[in-house]
Amino acid sequence: MSTFDETTGQVAPAAKTHQRGRGFDGHWALVWQKFLRHRLGVAGGVVVILAYVVAAIPEFLAPVTLEAYNPAYSYAPPQTLHLGRDEGEGWQFRPHVNAYKSEIDYNSGRRTFVDDESQPVDLGLFVEGESYNLFGFIPTNRHLFGPVIEGQPFFLFGADRLGRDILSRTIYGTRISMTIGLIGVALSLVFGILIGGISGLFGGVTDNVIQRLIEFIQSVPAIPLWIGLAAAIPASVPPLQVYFLITIILSVLGWTSLARVVRGRFLAMRNEDFVKAARLDGCGPVRIIFRHMLPSFLSHIIATVSLAIPGMILAETALSYLGIGLRTPIVSWGVLLQEAQNVRTIASAPWLLLPGAAVVVAVLALNFLGDGLRDAADPYSD
Amino acid sequence: MGSFMIRRIIYAIPALIAVSLISFLVIAIPPGDYVTRLAEMSAAAGDVMPMAEQEAMRKAYGLDLPLMVQYWNWISGVVLRGDFGYSFSFNLPVKDVIWPRLGLTIVLSVASLLFIWVVAIPIGIFSAVKRYSAGDYLATFLGFLGLAIPNFLLALAAMYIAFAWFGVNVGGLFSPQYVEAPWSWERVLDLLGHLWLPMIVLGTAGTASVIRVIRANLLDELHKPYVTAARAKGKGEFSLLMKYPVRHALNPFVSGQNDIFVDIVSGGTIVAIVMGLQTTGPLLLDALRTQDMYMASSFILMLSVLVVIGTLLSDLLLAWLDPRIRYQQG
Repeated sequence: MSTFDETTGQVAPAAKTHQRGRGFDGHWALVWQKFLRHRLGVAGGVVVILAYVVAAIPEFLAPVTLEAYNPAYSYAPPQTLHLGRDEGEGWQFRPHVNAYKSEIDYNSGRRTFVDDESQPVDLGLFVEGESYNLFGFIPTNRHLFGPVIEGQPFFLFGADRLGRDILSRTIYGTRISMTIGLIGVALSLVFGILIGGISGLFGGVTDNVIQRLIEFIQSVPAIPLWIGLAAAIPASVPPLQVYFLITIILSVLGWTSLARVVRGRFLAMRNEDFVKAARLDGCGPVRIIFRHMLPSFLSHIIATVSLAIPGMILAETALSYLGIGLRTPIVSWGVLLQEAQNVRTIASAPWLLLPGAAVVVAVLALNFLGDGLRDAADPYSD
Repeated sequence: MGSFMIRRIIYAIPALIAVSLISFLVIAIPPGDYVTRLAEMSAAAGDVMPMAEQEAMRKAYGLDLPLMVQYWNWISGVVLRGDFGYSFSFNLPVKDVIWPRLGLTIVLSVASLLFIWVVAIPIGIFSAVKRYSAGDYLATFLGFLGLAIPNFLLALAAMYIAFAWFGVNVGGLFSPQYVEAPWSWERVLDLLGHLWLPMIVLGTAGTASVIRVIRANLLDELHKPYVTAARAKGKGEFSLLMKYPVRHALNPFVSGQNDIFVDIVSGGTIVAIVMGLQTTGPLLLDALRTQDMYMASSFILMLSVLVVIGTLLSDLLLAWLDPRIRYQQG
């Protein structure tokens, strides 16, 4: 908000209407207050936290396990969730879906599914299902939701070629897709802080060379190079190693924007009074960087990081979709989308694209969160 | 301007050399080559390829030479004779395969860029002028969505909609009868009939970011005193807008075109693979899968060269638009 001053012809910032609770809030309290005012950012943050919760305990949240399959339900369409039904005693709250009646059309060789209202599948919370180890060591067989009677058909997102539940697989895919962005960005951050820090700290020729290098890397088309590097991973490499190789490949080109932010901050701060004061007090460079400079631009780094994660998620999804990224048994959203390879498959089973919706939601939420954090990173402007 | 141009073109040369090295090494360094691939394939078919035969093949293809010698043979051929080496899997010189494909890639990339300009500039200006209006919110929302949907997913969704609702199969850039046909007026029309969908798919993300850039820059300009001064002198609102603040706001937009063009060329690879376009993307993926190294290197090289040239053009355009840049660096 700004008002136009008629007499001086200048724009004057509006008086601060925001009242702070305490007289002297610290840097992080100010950042937090400013972030809370960015509603979309907060909403994005909530979704991101939820997504990482899903990534932590997919075994509990998914109705069935990753590999559960039933060829009888190959390409079964998504079921509609009904909240209740009337069984002669008036409407009662009994969430259920309807089982399928399936017919095989011998002309086309395709199975068609119809809703069978005479066979409701009752749903419940904390139902018993297949057993698994929560967090890898707590054996249990409870699932957050699912059919009350184990084994009844329950496909809210439909089923794929092998009759596997797409909803459960999407929930499991969250783990890989959300963490690959995180690990990729963590690696990029190491490169970025190191190289950007050197560039900003030394300046001069070193800075010039590193800046040209960054400009060059940013001007190379990333996807063809990513495809080239990913395709070079031999098929014999175990899936877990593929996962780490892919994160490395993504961060090889991904560190540049982080390095730019770090360098920019270093340059801006090198001549600040408090840095000079620290230097005059006899602090060494390491102490100056970590004790005095880093805290004041940490908020910027966090914002840049959260804006860098979506790019990694999108890149992994695309590589996996092409079949040169992650591969089964590791399941990410991109791996799930591999099922939707051609138009005819999609036309007959459009629900195969639903894992893509998870990608869109996650990327949107991370972008909103990043925008909010970026605005909040500098709480003294405005 | 002349000295700026020359200087800028000279700057592009080390970038081109680095690009050629990377395109070659990315393909050549990983273990395995086309011959191992062939041997694997014949092993899968129950046949054994004798080691002697493999070695003879390597020798014939020059795969047994040291890496730097191979690189030099390849790049000197490219630069001096326009010879990109030999495609093992096509049994053709790479140059016969690459040029038509690259031509279509350029057509598609430029079309997407034009689409972005035509759509994003008016919307960006509208969003800034009518800030916080329903239209602005809609544009912002669609912009965010455009950034969040992966290109290939959009391509799949577009193909699905075209197939399921309109009954057309929109894969490829040509109707079947024109794929192999020589260029003719009908073929051009057929291309235009197919080009629009990949163009929109590829342009979406760029459109979203351009709208954001223009909106933000124009908002910075709209409340500056010179605008008020012009308004006070009685200039019409629309011509005022176009003559001063929009021109100002376009500068950062022009300098942002590099990144957008890089994204188009880069993202075009995947869109082309998904939609089965006759551009470089699908062949690049095939070449990588079969370890057809000269083919893969040449494609990556030419895509990168395309980007370097695009960057050069946008820098020159910016210098022409904005004298400050010319004098600063020239």
